[in-house]
Amino acid sequence: MSFPWLSVIAALPLIGAVALALAPRSRRIAAPLALAVSVLALALGLVAALTQFDPGGGFQLTEQHVWIASLGAYYAMGVDGIGLTLVLLTLVLTPIVILASWHDGDEGRWSTNAFFAWILALEGLAVGVFAATDVFLFYVLFEATLVPIYFLIGGFGGARRNYAAVKFLLFSLLGGLLMLASVVGLYVVAADNGGPTYLLSELSQLPMDETTGRWLFLGFFIAFAVKAPMFPVHTWLPDAAQAATPGTSVLLVSILDKIGTFGMIRFCLGLFPEASQWASPVIIVLAVVSVLYGALLAIGQDDMRRLIAYTSVSHFGFIVLGIFVFTSQGGSGSTLYMFNHGMSTAALFLVTGMLIHRHGSARISDYGGVQRSAPVLAGFFLVAGLSSLSLPGLSPFVSEFLVLAGTFRRSEVAAVAAVLGIVLAALYILLMYKRTMNGPVRDSLPATRDLGTRERLALAPLIAVIVVLGFFPQVLLDVIDPAVGATLDVVGVEQPAPDVMVSEGSLP
Amino acid sequence: MILLAEFESPKVEYATISPLLIVVGAAILGVLVEAFVPRAWRYPVQVGVAALGLLIALADTVRVGLALDTLDAGLLARGSLAVENSMVVDGPTVFLWGTLLVMSLISVLLFAERRLEGGLTSFAGQAAALPGTDAEREASTRGIEHTEVFPLLLFAVTGMLLFPASNDLLLMFVALEVLSLPLYLLCGLARRRRLLSQEAAMKYFLLGAFSSAFFLYGVALIYGFAGSFELADIDAAVSASSGANAYLLGGIGLMAVGLLFKVGAAPFHAWTPDVYQGAPTAVTAFMAACTKIAAFGALMRVFYVAFGGASWDWRPLMWVVAILTMVVGSVIAITQTDVKRMLAYSSIAHAGFVLVGFAGVYAGTGDVVGVTSVSSVLFYLAAYGFSTIGAFAIITLVRDAGGETTALSRWAGLGREAPVLAGTFAFFLLAFAGIPLTSGFIGKWAVFAAAWAGGAWPLVVVAVVMSAVAAFFYVRVIVAMFFSDPVDIKPAVAVPSILTTGVITVTALATVALGVVPGPVLDLAQQAGAFVR
Repeated sequence: MSFPWLSVIAALPLIGAVALALAPRSRRIAAPLALAVSVLALALGLVAALTQFDPGGGFQLTEQHVWIASLGAYYAMGVDGIGLTLVLLTLVLTPIVILASWHDGDEGRWSTNAFFAWILALEGLAVGVFAATDVFLFYVLFEATLVPIYFLIGGFGGARRNYAAVKFLLFSLLGGLLMLASVVGLYVVAADNGGPTYLLSELSQLPMDETTGRWLFLGFFIAFAVKAPMFPVHTWLPDAAQAATPGTSVLLVSILDKIGTFGMIRFCLGLFPEASQWASPVIIVLAVVSVLYGALLAIGQDDMRRLIAYTSVSHFGFIVLGIFVFTSQGGSGSTLYMFNHGMSTAALFLVTGMLIHRHGSARISDYGGVQRSAPVLAGFFLVAGLSSLSLPGLSPFVSEFLVLAGTFRRSEVAAVAAVLGIVLAALYILLMYKRTMNGPVRDSLPATRDLGTRERLALAPLIAVIVVLGFFPQVLLDVIDPAVGATLDVVGVEQPAPDVMVSEGSLP
Repeated sequence: MILLAEFESPKVEYATISPLLIVVGAAILGVLVEAFVPRAWRYPVQVGVAALGLLIALADTVRVGLALDTLDAGLLARGSLAVENSMVVDGPTVFLWGTLLVMSLISVLLFAERRLEGGLTSFAGQAAALPGTDAEREASTRGIEHTEVFPLLLFAVTGMLLFPASNDLLLMFVALEVLSLPLYLLCGLARRRRLLSQEAAMKYFLLGAFSSAFFLYGVALIYGFAGSFELADIDAAVSASSGANAYLLGGIGLMAVGLLFKVGAAPFHAWTPDVYQGAPTAVTAFMAACTKIAAFGALMRVFYVAFGGASWDWRPLMWVVAILTMVVGSVIAITQTDVKRMLAYSSIAHAGFVLVGFAGVYAGTGDVVGVTSVSSVLFYLAAYGFSTIGAFAIITLVRDAGGETTALSRWAGLGREAPVLAGTFAFFLLAFAGIPLTSGFIGKWAVFAAAWAGGAWPLVVVAVVMSAVAAFFYVRVIVAMFFSDPVDIKPAVAVPSILTTGVITVTALATVALGVVPGPVLDLAQQAGAFVR
C-alpha cells in the first residue's frame, strides 16, 4: 500500500489544532507552533506534488476505504490537476496568514491558542474538501469547515462580528442543506441503479433521468453559488470581511470560497453534464452580473475591507464565467484564476489589514499620503492592487485573459460585457490607492509606521508568486490543462473552433 | 368438568417476551421495596433494582434478538407472534427494545443524581404537601425523598416496551395507558418550582386523557370495520374492502390523533413545551427520548402493518402533519427565551423530521436496496435519544440559588465560565442542527433518503429549509454561551456526581460515534427489516 499523502497532509494541521487546544495558553507558544505545523504541511504537500504527481495521469495519490457501507460512503481521497492546485493554494496561504496574523489572536474573545487552533483546523478540513473524491465525504467536510470559520469570525473579529458570523453561517447552512437534499437524491439514484455508492468515479457513470439531474444540479449549484459567492447570494461576504480579522478574511475568501467554484467544476460539471449545459445561459448571465455589479459596488465603498470583498464578488464572476462557457481556455483560466485570485486577494487583505491595524480605521476617507511615511507598505499595496486589476506581467492577468478568450469563443456578448469589469477594476483599485497612499498627508492622520520584518516576510512570498506566475504561468497550466480537458470531455460540449489558430503554449 | 376440559389456557412464549417480564418484575419488586425496606436503605436498593433490572432486560433483549426466527415469505422480516397473536417480537421490536432499555438505563442514572440538591434527588420530598406550606418545608428539612420514582419509571418503561410490540389494538391501548400514567405522576414531582411542575402534570394528564380517548374511539371504529383487533386481520380487511369506508377512515384519523399526540406532532403538540419545562429535568430527558421512541414504533407498526393497504388514504395526511410539525417546531422555537422550552419545540421539529422518514418508502418486500423508512426512523430515534438526554443532563447543571436556571439570558457567558460543559452542549446543539460528523447529520440523511426513495422529495425540500431555520435557534444558544457577556450574575455550574458526568460523557460519545462511524448501528437498523404480520 502506498503512502497516504493526502490523508497525512490533511491530518497534520488537525492534529496540530488539537495539540494547540491542549497546550498551555500562551502567546509565545501558539503562533510559532501553528507556523511550524503549517510549514511542515506545506513541505509535505510540495514533496507530494513534485515527486508523486504526474500531470497527465488523472486522479492520483488516491486512497479508498469503505466508510459507511449501507450508505455507499467511502473514505476516498485523490487529486487531479485542479484539486492539486487548490490543495497547494491552501498549503501556501495558511503559513502566510499565520505569520501575518501573529498578534491578531491576542485581542479576541478567547485565547491565542484557540485562534491558531481554529486556523489549523480549517486548513486540514479545506485540504480534505479539495481532495475528497467521494460526494458524501466531500459534503461532510464541506459543512465541517463552517464551524472553524464561524468561530474565527465570531470570536476574533471587530464590531458586528456576531451579526456577520451568524449571517455567514445561515447563508452557508441554507446552501449546504439544499445540497444535502441533492446528495440524498444522488444516493437514491445510485441505489436504484444497482447499489448505493458515493464514489465520484461511479456516480459519473450513472444513467440519470434528465429532470432528476437538473433538480440535483440545482441543489449543488445553489450551495456553491452561496459559497463562491455569486450575485444575488453574495451579501454575507462584505459583512464577514468587514468584521473578521484580515487573516480570517484571507482564509474565507482565498481558500473557502474556492470550494464553491471548485465544486462547480468537480461536481456540477462532473456529475450533471447535461444539466450544466441546460443551466449555462442563466449562469453566464449571473456571472456577468456578478462581475459588473461587484465592481460597481466596490467603487462605491468607503470601507477598504468591504471594497475588497466586492472586488472578490467581481472576480468570482469571472471564475464562474470561465467554468460555464465550456471551453478549454475558459476552464483552465478559471482554475488558474482561483489560484491567482487567492494570492492577490490575500496580499490585498493582509496589506490593508496592516494599515488598518496601525490607525484603527478602515475608511478610505480617513487616509491620505500614507506613502510618504510608509513607502514599503505603499509599495506592497500597489503591487497587490495592480495584481487585482490584472496588470499584464502579474499572474491574474494571464487567468483573466484566458477566461475572456474562452468566453469570446462561446458568447461574444458576455465577453464584451465582462471586459467592462476590467475597466471598472482599474477604477476601484486605483481610486483606493490614490486616496489612501497618494496626495497630501491628512492633518488628522499621524505618521504611519512602515512594515516590520515579520510583515514583510509574510507579504514577500505572495508578491513573489504573483510575479513569477505572471511570467511563467505554464508551470501551473501544465498541471491544470489535462484535468480541465478531462472534465470538459465529460460535459461533452463541442469546442468552438477559434478563428485564428493559436499554437499551444504561445498564450502569455 | 367438561367446561374445564374445553378451556385452553393461553399459550405464552415466556422466552420471547422475557425482557418485558423482567422489567415488570423489577417494577413490582420496587413497589415491595418501598413497602418493606427501611427508609434509609430505600434509595440505594431502588437504584440497584432499577438499574440491574434494566441491565438484565437489555442483555436478554440481545439474546431474543439473536434468536429471532427467519421467515421465508419473500419478506425481509424476522420474528414471530407471541401470546396468542397479541404481541409480536420482530426485528424492529427488538431494536426498539434495545434502544429504549439503553435510554432508560441512562435516565435512571439521571434520576439517581443526588449531589445537586444537597444530598437529595431532584424530586419533591413529599408530593402531597402543598407548595409553600410548613409540611413541605418539614419534608425538605427532614430529608425525605420519593424513591417511588424508580418503580414508576420501570412501569413507564414496561408500557413503552409493550407499546410498539403490540399486535392487538386493545393491548396497544393498555400499553399506552401503562406508559402514560407513571409519566403524568413523574411530571408533577419536581422539587423546585412545584406549581409549574404540577401545572405541567395536570396539563399532560388532561390532554393525554383526551388523546387516549381519541385513540380508543379509533380502535372501536376499526373494530367495527374489520371485526378484529389484530393488525393482520385489519390488514386483510383493508385489502378486501374497496372504496372509501367511513369506519376505516374515521378509525385511521382518530388513532392517528392519539399516536401523533404522543410523538408530539403538530397540531397535537401544545402540551410539549409546558410539560417539558415544568417536569423535573431528568423526567423531561427520559420522556423526550423514550416516549418518542415507543410512540413512533407503535405509529409505524399500526400504519405499516394494519393500514399499509390504505396508505393512499393516510399518506397525504402524514405529509401535511409532517410539514406542519416541522414548521411549527422550527419557527416557534426561534422566539423562545427558555432553554427547556426551546428544546421542547426542537423536539417537535424533530418529530416532524422523523415523520418525513415515516412518509417515505416502506420495505415490506425484499427488492428495496438501501435505507427504508423503518431503518431510517429507528436510527434517527436512537441518535436523537442520546443527544437529547445529554442536552437535558447539562441543563440540570446550570443553576442558581433557586435551582436550575433555564432562562437563555442567564446562559450568557457560560462558554467562559465552563468551557467544557458549554462546548459539550454546543456539540449537542450542532447534532440537533444536523451538522456533519454528529449523529444528527446521519439521522437526517437517513430519513431524507428514505423519504426521497419513496417519492416524497417535496417533503425533503421542506425539511431541508426547515433544518436551516432550526439551525438559527440552535446557533442563538451557541452565540449566547460563547459570544455574549453575562448580564449581571454569572451563571453557576454545579459539580455533579459521577452519575450525571457519566450520562453526559456516554451520550456525547454516542453522538460522536453515531456521526463518525454510524455503520454498525445503521446495519443493525437495516437488519431489523420489516414488521412481522
